[in-house]
Parts: sequence; C-alpha cells; structure tokens
Amino acid sequence: MLADLHGDFPLLARTVRNGRSLVYLDSGATAQKPLAVLEAEDRFYREHNGAVARGAHILAEEATEAFEDARADVAELIGASTDEVVWTSGATAAINLVANGMLQASLGAGGAEAERFRLGPGDRIVVTELEHHANLIPWQQLAARTGAELAWVPVDDAGTLRYEAIESVITENTRVVAFSHASNVTGAVTDVESFVHRAREVGALTVLDGCQSVPHLPVNVAELGVDLMAFSGHKMLGPTGIGALWGRKDLLDALPPSQFGGSAIKVVTMETTTWLDAPQRFEPGTQPVAQAVGMGAAARYLMDLGMENVARHEARIAQILREGASEMPGVRLLGTVGDPGAIDVLGLAAVVVDGVHAHDVGQVLDDRGITVRVGHHCAQPLHRRLGVTGSTRASAHVYTTEDDAHAFIEALAGVREFFGVAV
Amino acid sequence: MSLEAMYQQVIMDHAREGHGRGLVEIDLPHRGESHQVNTTCGDEVTLRVGVEGDTLARIAWEGQGCSISQASISVLAELLEGESLDTADETFEAFRALMQAKGEHLDEEREDLLGDATAFVGVGKYPARIKCALLGWMALQDALIQARGASSAAVEGGQA
Repeated sequence: MLADLHGDFPLLARTVRNGRSLVYLDSGATAQKPLAVLEAEDRFYREHNGAVARGAHILAEEATEAFEDARADVAELIGASTDEVVWTSGATAAINLVANGMLQASLGAGGAEAERFRLGPGDRIVVTELEHHANLIPWQQLAARTGAELAWVPVDDAGTLRYEAIESVITENTRVVAFSHASNVTGAVTDVESFVHRAREVGALTVLDGCQSVPHLPVNVAELGVDLMAFSGHKMLGPTGIGALWGRKDLLDALPPSQFGGSAIKVVTMETTTWLDAPQRFEPGTQPVAQAVGMGAAARYLMDLGMENVARHEARIAQILREGASEMPGVRLLGTVGDPGAIDVLGLAAVVVDGVHAHDVGQVLDDRGITVRVGHHCAQPLHRRLGVTGSTRASAHVYTTEDDAHAFIEALAGVREFFGVAV
Repeated sequence: MSLEAMYQQVIMDHAREGHGRGLVEIDLPHRGESHQVNTTCGDEVTLRVGVEGDTLARIAWEGQGCSISQASISVLAELLEGESLDTADETFEAFRALMQAKGEHLDEEREDLLGDATAFVGVGKYPARIKCALLGWMALQDALIQARGASSAAVEGGQA
C-alpha cells in the first residue's frame, strides 16, 4: 500500500453535509489535485507566464520551456518520445482529433501520405461494446460521414469482452480499431495484445483510450504496441482542460490536422498553408499552457510514487470494493470480481442495488459524506447490454484508503434498509 | 437537512404505489402525450392526459426512475386528475417554485394547492435532484399543451 497521501491533497481535508469528513470515491470521473499540481500551475502564472513559441523575450523563453518540459514529463510517464505527445483539451478532444483527421484525409486532405487514414464504403471501423461515449460517438460519426461500416467486439452477460470474437469482428477490411485500455464501468483491464495482434494482421490502426489506465497502471506505449492513445489530465491528478494524444511519430506527421490557426504552420500564403510536423501541427492557437504545466507536474507526482506501487495500492482497494459488493445480498457488481494479484481490474466498483435506483443509492451515500458517481457513466450501450439503465460507482485513486473503501461497503449495506426494500 | 427530511414517508409511499401508473388509452377527443428523459441518468416517463371541457379528466403514465421522480409523477396524478386546467397550471407553477426554494417552505396558499407535493420541499436543497422531481411535471405541461392545441383546433373546426 502507498503511504497515506491525504496531506498532499488539500480538498480531501474539507467536510461535507453536516460536517462529515469527505470520503472521495469519484476519481473515475475526476481526480483530486495534489499540492504539486496546484503549485506548479500557480507558479507558472506568478513567475513565468508568457506566450509560448512566439517572441524572444525572457518570459516567452521560460513559458516555452515550462510547456515543453511538461510534455517531456507526460511522455516519460507513458514511455514515449516527447515529440509524439500532442496537447489537447482532453481525451475527448484527442479521440476527435484522430477521427476528424481521418475524415479530413477521407475528404482528400494530406496527399499520398494520408492514404492510410482514408475511409470509404467497404471499409470497417471497430470499437467495443463497453466503450465510453467519447470513444464511440466520434467513430459513429466518422462511419456515417465516410460510408464506412461500424462494428464492435461484444461483451458477455457479465460485461467482459468476448476476446474470441476479435478475429471475426476485426475483418480484413478493418482500417481502425478503437478500444479502451480499461473499462470505466466494469474496471476490467483489457488484454491489449489480443487486439493489437489481430489489428496488425489486417493492417488496421489501433487507437487506445487510456483515460482509465494511464492514471492508475504502468503504461508503456512501446510495449503495448498500439498506434495512438488518448488520455486526460484531470483523471491523472492534473488540471481540467488539458489532455494528450500520443501517436507514433510517422503517423502523427501524416495525419491531416482538423483545426487550423496560428503556430501550427510552416508557410502561409493567401492561397495555401503548409503544416509543421507533429506535435505542433495539431496545436494551433494559444494552448492551455498552465494546465499543461499542471499535467506535467501530475505526471511527475505519479512517477515519484511509482506506477507499480500505484497499481498495487489500487488493486488492494479494488479487492475491498469488489469482494465486498459481490458478497452483499441484493447487490449486483457489474463485471467480475477480478484477481487483484494479477492487476486485471481497476480500483472501482459499479453496483446495482435491487429495488433502489442509483440516484437514491448515491443520495444515501452522499448523506454519509461518501461521494460516488451515479447513472450510466457515459457508457449507455454497456449498461443496456447488462440490462440496467444505471449503476452506482465507487472509484479510487492514489489517495484512497482502505478505510474509504470499507466506508463505502458499510454504507452500501444500509441502503436497502433505508428504502424499506426487503433484504 | 437530513436525508430523512428529503425522503419523507409520503414520498416513499408514492414511489411504491405509483398512482395513475399504466399507460392506458385515453378515449377523449382532447388528449396529449409526452415522453421526457432525464439525460443525466436516463430516467424516463411517458405521460398521457385527457381533457374534457376545462377539466384535466385523465392522467396515465409509465416510467422508470428513482424514487423522487416516480413519487413525483404519482403525486401529480393523484393531485390533478379531475381538477380544472387552471388549478393544474397553478399547481405546476407552485411546484416549480417549491423546487427553486432551496428547501424553504412556500406560503400557505400555494402549499394547500400542492397537498402531498409539499413533501418534496427537501429536494430543493439538492440541485442535482430537482430535475428528477420535475420530470413528470414537464411531461404533464407538454402533454397539456398538445391537448389544448387539440381543443382549440376542435373549436376552430366547429366554427368553420
């Protein structure tokens, strides 16, 4: 287990609802921020704020350096080269950047180099049935606009990906495979190799949604073998308004940009523009610099803790949450309990309480100072597949203690009684 | 504001009983139907009304959702079926005011109008739940607009 980190997270010291201490279990939605991140952002504005990559004065130099150092820190966290990390406003924007780049290519942008991004009728896009809406809708839209077909790897009745279906779903005409590294509902960590192996056989690009993995698990893009990966800052202890797209350099240099403006360009005439190479070609306009600096600080904070340690810590939390929920009468745990020793599941538990709506469950927990997410967690198709409209999710991070997890289980046990549902 | 103050017994009872539940056909010339979804949680309701003269003669609905949304629909069905359209409008406005009152009670006149619906006073303290309580009322308002449209169309038809 990690040491108690509450001292690093000022917000966790506050009280809620009638003076109760806060038990924050909504990190899957957004994480709290350590002092290191708050101070990095604050220091940037107080001491170094200036226009990045423009001008030659001292502040412009310092701001540019802070911005690029942060990029290097984020790259180091995921085992990537610095010039393979593109800043975006978040993971949603990162996935849209790829899908819209492919749309631009399909409309003819990018010349011969962009051929591999061009889609049309007869091509296939593959996702999975457990995707967050952010890794489903951009591909739906791309399919609708290009005439390509959208297909998905299904899940079984427990919400587990049906790996045996990968070979038949990822067909020879599949051009891109977009999938989550870990489910924000079942917590299951995806066997990435199964997807990458098949995608390579058919020559399809792989796009990994790393929103739930990068903040919680050791992630090394070279070892994973995927082509592109999106992840957000605010879920990995960083600020909101910042995220990143990682991509293999040769791919990023060939993917047509879909947002246009200053700084991303080599030469502009009244008629035409040529783009810089990645990552700058995807970063037109003034960037969220302080947020990037904050995300860099978050990456450093996580690396200082050690991602192996983080994963082991959260596996212990997962065990308390998932075993506790699965053994409780009248409560259904979405997904499987998982094997914490194998770290095949995140530190979260999404549950359905028989006879009590998720909103009502959340309200009872909130009254005890326990903050969880209720609803469909931006994964409507998965919930529908599991026969429910919503669930109540407790999700952990580095600061979550065993006591926090026990508090959730204890409060959950009292929910059915409160609503007079027979146990 | 305690949890028990929000989930008053009358709310729990209505959530269980579901007055007016069952989407029966309403065989009246002036009728309306509305389907409303709470996009934050996916809760939904389909509500039908039938109007006779200036009376809200029938209310029927089917829905699924949290105890607050289901109880709220049940209360409005019990409260407003058989009442005048004016009373329905005034009650809707009173309920909306109650939701915006941040947990404070309204004046006696409006609370009398609201009857059992005053039990939802605690919901006003929880901004995330106000939408739940209003789901059925929004459906009612929408369905009544249609029913009234059908009324005026019928009147115009009669005059032609």
